[in-house]
Amino acid sequence: MSAAVGPFTEGRSWTRLLARWETLLLVALLVLIVLGNALSPFFLTSGNFGNLIAALMEVAIMALPMTLIIIAGEIDLSVESMAGLSSAILGFLWAAGVPMEVAIAVVLVVGVLGGLLNGLLVARGGLPSLVVTLGTLALFRGLALIILGPRGVSDFPPGFTEIGFGHVPGTDIPWPFVIFLALALILGVVLHRSWVGRQVYAIGKNTGAARFSGVRVARVKIGLFVLTGLIAAVAGVILTSRLSTSRADAGQGMTLTVVTVVLLGGVNIFGGSGTIPGVVLAVLVVAVMQNALRLAGVSVDVQSIALGLLLIVSVVIPTFAHQAKSAVDRVVGGRPPPADSVPRGERALS
Amino acid sequence: MTDAGVTATLDVPRDRSAWLGVVARQRELSLVAIMVVLGALVSIAAPQFLTVDNISQVAVLASIVAVAAVGEALVVITRNVDLSVEAMMGLVAYCVAVSLENHMFGAPGAILFGVGIGLVLGMINGFIVTILRVPAIVATLGTLSIFRGVDYLVAGSHQVPRSGLPPGFTDAAHNDIFGIPIFVFIAVVVVVVGSVLLRWTTFGRQFYAVGSNPEAAAILGIPSRLVVFVAFALCGLMAGIAGVMYVIEFGTINGTSAGGYTLQVVAAVVVGGVGIFGGTGTLAGAALGALFLGFIANALILIGLSQFWLQAIYGLVILVAVSADAYILRRLQRAASLNRSR
Repeated sequence: MSAAVGPFTEGRSWTRLLARWETLLLVALLVLIVLGNALSPFFLTSGNFGNLIAALMEVAIMALPMTLIIIAGEIDLSVESMAGLSSAILGFLWAAGVPMEVAIAVVLVVGVLGGLLNGLLVARGGLPSLVVTLGTLALFRGLALIILGPRGVSDFPPGFTEIGFGHVPGTDIPWPFVIFLALALILGVVLHRSWVGRQVYAIGKNTGAARFSGVRVARVKIGLFVLTGLIAAVAGVILTSRLSTSRADAGQGMTLTVVTVVLLGGVNIFGGSGTIPGVVLAVLVVAVMQNALRLAGVSVDVQSIALGLLLIVSVVIPTFAHQAKSAVDRVVGGRPPPADSVPRGERALS
Repeated sequence: MTDAGVTATLDVPRDRSAWLGVVARQRELSLVAIMVVLGALVSIAAPQFLTVDNISQVAVLASIVAVAAVGEALVVITRNVDLSVEAMMGLVAYCVAVSLENHMFGAPGAILFGVGIGLVLGMINGFIVTILRVPAIVATLGTLSIFRGVDYLVAGSHQVPRSGLPPGFTDAAHNDIFGIPIFVFIAVVVVVVGSVLLRWTTFGRQFYAVGSNPEAAAILGIPSRLVVFVAFALCGLMAGIAGVMYVIEFGTINGTSAGGYTLQVVAAVVVGGVGIFGGTGTLAGAALGALFLGFIANALILIGLSQFWLQAIYGLVILVAVSADAYILRRLQRAASLNRSR
């Protein structure tokens, strides 16, 4: 890669910026917005923006810690069930007369414990996260069903439904979007500007090397799973508040959208690379796409086709782009590397 | 191959962990033993458990999962996974039911149609994984969503009632050959044929080779991508058969039919001792895993627990099975290294 830098530095950095995944996402987002605007005059109104973004916020919030987990080379399929369990416990406690603040605190503790279970089994037990979290996907959903059964709880206080349903005063920006942006900012700084983030990348790139350079791999992974469990529980609270209903099947099927958003955001499924800004852009792309499809009269069920295709395409494109790039490099390459790309030590030797 | 390596190190007698070796090698036997013990306990609490009617009902329902689990096991043995099984089953089930309702085919034609659709869906998965090189988990999570979406698109809000199927079509679930329900017969045939091919043909052994060490398999000249493609295609075929069985058993089919089967199928494979890292396990184990899950579901209902417990117990069973596997493997490796240093 660095061999190609040289006389063409100017042009190359421009093409590299263009070829960045985030740039592609931005272009896709603009194209979708133009298309959506052609579909309906209401598309660009701020009220519609609030609606389209609010419907995706639970997924978006869960996608943030999922980004870190996938960068670290693991996956957590249980998030949708943790959101459901959180919703079920919230409804159960509220119906039993527990004050809302206490109920939310209990739910967050359950989220931490669930994440801890995943983390311990994966990091200390050495088990594959795919199977462990498939197991807890069933386990958490099962617990939600046991706790709440087939009933729904919906007589929540108005102050509570404001969390998911309300807007920032004077605007059409829903509160969950504010929560999402705040979380994205925090996790973005942690991932891209702190030693913790560098450890996460190191684990995903090469776990063995990370361990030998002093990264406490198990501890970081457990921390990531706990964070994911906690945030999935938060998403469950927001979902319950937004729908002002608590049901045991809340959030069913969300894991697919969460993973789609993360991979569309340019995160490598094998770990080691990906960015929070990319995932934030992917959230917007998916929100705009779903809204455009809805305006075009495509039912929610059929939209899952688009989502599945998006998931696969977002992995296919980078793979083939990489192959095409290395093919081009092979053709273009062959000339000697420019002087300044040779490491200093080697030049001194020669 | 991993299984051969493990057994070879275990031939040292009087080893403290020898019994673990037995458990590891004889997963099928351990499962049967657990079922016998649990069965005895359940039948004390609920005498109707040990009736012929009940057991054959459990076996019939488990056969559907077992057939799909055989396909899943083939994929998992090659170190991949197929999460789209339930969507393939659902799409096949709806296509079969609706084609029968509209008299497009006779019963045999509809069955072939359904199995054929399953095969095509499996080949789509195989194509995405081997040609487009998308990791199996992403590819099949995507097709889970796509196939289900197509199912909704085709079905809309339409539901094929049992009465829409030709008279006698749904009886096959309860007919029997020599006293064995036809469904159990189908499952046994699938397991036996599959096991023979997997164990005694070169191409079958290559499934294990690709799964236990893809790089070594490639160096040996094994056509890894072809093997993986065939595994996915066969998984689709099996999901197709299971989808047809689903129509015969349940009769009433709509766009959401067969939801939740992926979890059962993957659980059956994991419980049946097919290693999730590929290269180990048997089809009989996967089928027994399916029987084990069906048995637990039935026992729960008989001892009066609500069906809401089922989901949680499936989850626990998966977690216990993988934890036990990892524990046994670690003990065996420790014992093996002790033996070597002795």
